[in-house]
Amino acid sequence: MKRKFKNDLRLIGGILLVAIICFILFFATLEPGDFVQISVNGKAIKSFDLNKNTEFEIVTGENDEQINLLVIENGYAFIKSANCPDKICEHHIKIKNSGETIVCLPHKVVISIESVQYEN
Amino acid sequence: MKINIKKITLFGLLTAVSMVLSYVEMLLPPILAAVPGVKIGLPNIIIIFVLYKFTVKQAVIVSLLRVVMVTLLFGNAMVFIYSFAGAVLSICVMSMLKKINLFSVIGISVLGAVSHNVGQTIVAIIILQTKGIAFYMIPLLISGIVAGILIGILGGLLIKRFKKIKLC
Repeated sequence: MKRKFKNDLRLIGGILLVAIICFILFFATLEPGDFVQISVNGKAIKSFDLNKNTEFEIVTGENDEQINLLVIENGYAFIKSANCPDKICEHHIKIKNSGETIVCLPHKVVISIESVQYEN
Repeated sequence: MKINIKKITLFGLLTAVSMVLSYVEMLLPPILAAVPGVKIGLPNIIIIFVLYKFTVKQAVIVSLLRVVMVTLLFGNAMVFIYSFAGAVLSICVMSMLKKINLFSVIGISVLGAVSHNVGQTIVAIIILQTKGIAFYMIPLLISGIVAGILIGILGGLLIKRFKKIKLC
């Protein structure tokens, strides 16, 4: 039993180590981005300048019934309101660094900060 | 394995309890609003109990039945893909750990919880084709450890209480 408990501790330590390494790798590569890219269903549909204040309604769904209101303000992007069931995107913190994302799983919408602009 | 009425009833009951625990968990407010998917994983108590008290095969059946039934009752197709991926990876990992017999209930529960979260994150990355979601892996790993320890302790207590009781 004692031997197993030691193994448990090793296991938990190992997982923590992986998490810490991921954390360091993620923040070491962090830098402010310049563009806000909107993707729906894994396809990029639109891109905005992060330094220009804008509001944009992302309308998705078969009958255009799914709405996420994206707001870009003072170099930060966030979802001001959404009619998805869980509202996780709405509560997400504001993002500005390249690689950061706000995801709305129910609407399959991803807002991501990029350093290059998406071209049509 | 012979199937008799006692077994049918018992596993029906165990599946029902795990479904109720899923429902109870849905009623709880989200623990961390910023990170979707952080939860305790109450149904895992039953899965671990079956894994220890009965066989791997039976634990797999209860786990997958739970996912299917809960989706039919409360979810939709999208929810099913996420829960199914999490449940399959989790039960595979836990069964393997049980077989190699290196860890206690807590260790198995922790790796089960962590693999559940990893499975769901991988599916989210595939469906949304966004690598940025991988960032969520960090809080989900930590929350998996905490939830896994909790569920491991609870599951261990349950197994201990039922040690002398022959169920079927």
